[in-house]
Amino acid sequence: MSELLFRLSGIHFAYDRQRIVLRDADFELQRGERIALVGRNGAGKTTLFHLMVGLQRPQSGTIEAFGKVRTAEKDFVEVRARAGLLFQDSDDQLFCPTVAEDVAFGPLNLGKSAQEARIIVRSTLASLGLEGFEDRITHKLSGGQKRLVALAAVLAMEPDVLLLDEPTNALDAETEARLTDILVHLPQSLVVISHDEEFLARVTQARVRLESGRLTRE
Amino acid sequence: MTRPEQTSSAIVDAAATQPPTTPLLRNIDPRVRLVVCIAFAFVTVSLIHMPSLLGALGLAVAAAVMARLEPASTLKRMAALDGFMIFVLGLLPFTIPGAPAFSVAGFEASHEGLWRAAEILLKSNAVVLMILALPGTMEQVELGHAMAGLRVPEKFVHLFLFTVRYIEVLGREYRRLRTSMRARGFTMRCNLHTWRSVGYLFGMLMIRSIERSERIVAAMRCRGFQGRLPSLADTQTVRGTDRAFAVVSLAACIALFTLEHA
Repeated sequence: MSELLFRLSGIHFAYDRQRIVLRDADFELQRGERIALVGRNGAGKTTLFHLMVGLQRPQSGTIEAFGKVRTAEKDFVEVRARAGLLFQDSDDQLFCPTVAEDVAFGPLNLGKSAQEARIIVRSTLASLGLEGFEDRITHKLSGGQKRLVALAAVLAMEPDVLLLDEPTNALDAETEARLTDILVHLPQSLVVISHDEEFLARVTQARVRLESGRLTRE
Repeated sequence: MTRPEQTSSAIVDAAATQPPTTPLLRNIDPRVRLVVCIAFAFVTVSLIHMPSLLGALGLAVAAAVMARLEPASTLKRMAALDGFMIFVLGLLPFTIPGAPAFSVAGFEASHEGLWRAAEILLKSNAVVLMILALPGTMEQVELGHAMAGLRVPEKFVHLFLFTVRYIEVLGREYRRLRTSMRARGFTMRCNLHTWRSVGYLFGMLMIRSIERSERIVAAMRCRGFQGRLPSLADTQTVRGTDRAFAVVSLAACIALFTLEHA
């Protein structure tokens, strides 16, 4: 039996009168699904992610996540823990001085003790092949390393869903292959924004297009 | 989670390895180094007699040697400080009244002024050298954690750590914009076009910084941030060598103080 993780219905969102991003948009995500979210530049794909985790609020429509309707900021705190959002620019995500602190940030916020957090850090880094990165300084990492550490920081919260915003953006072929390999083997449900067709074909099974404010399954 | 089979060496390079022998001073607990440095600075600025001032400089040199500071770059940094002070120091002998020592173009330089200049020169160099030797050898992040460990207000520590983290990101943004300006033939001149363009450049930097800070907070909220930064750092215990270093340093400071008032 499939379990509904997200249901967005009748979502309307505009930054201002001229920039209407979503009009009466519907979106559903079942557990185990791996969806590619495609659409033109500026179509509002990132905004959709932000709406899903409550960083933005829709002007109308309902957001149901993990079986509950979410409206207030405090409803979304739980959603953010269970739906891990990977940002386009890893520099936005890695704000702690060291890798260990950054990966531990989420677990500590979820109420884990420093000791538990340290165990999570070690196992998460190891699972991504980043052993020994604990004490590295985040801003001295290469672009590829930053992306993988940012993914580790999201995975450390053990989310049910991953929302990946252009994860292969600005990666070299080798790092992209490595990231693809990691994502293919992850158990989580995924929604992936990308313009890289080859990558999407490997990582996702379904496709949703965002066009003129509406979402359609292809 | 399954582990990816291949581990690419290009991405996962070996963690920055420490040099085989770490100088003694760099192994001392950063908090202890910071406290010792502050104590030394306070004692040194209170000194006015030549023997104790020379003693302070001697201690600072000893610390620099123990920290294995690079002589060339250290001297360069100290020269930068001295260059900054040279005018004040050069004028002191002529502005402080006292027994005349020599005269330049009819202006009398006093003995007292010369001593005062020497005193300030010794003090400042001793303190700067100690700063270079003790906190100067820490990673900036280590310094931040040391401050947190010493109960420096949390806000200040966070401000410091965020600055360390993002100053390079901002610098990169600045250089990118500057390069693109240059690529379109922009050169700095003394005209309205230059001033306006530079104004746009800094305005754009400001906007981008604000937008970035908003994205950073959003990313933090995604990971459960609710206004407080948790700490992973466990309270590192002060070890025997740290304690020994603290005791020796304190004794040295007291010795300076006694020498001064003997």
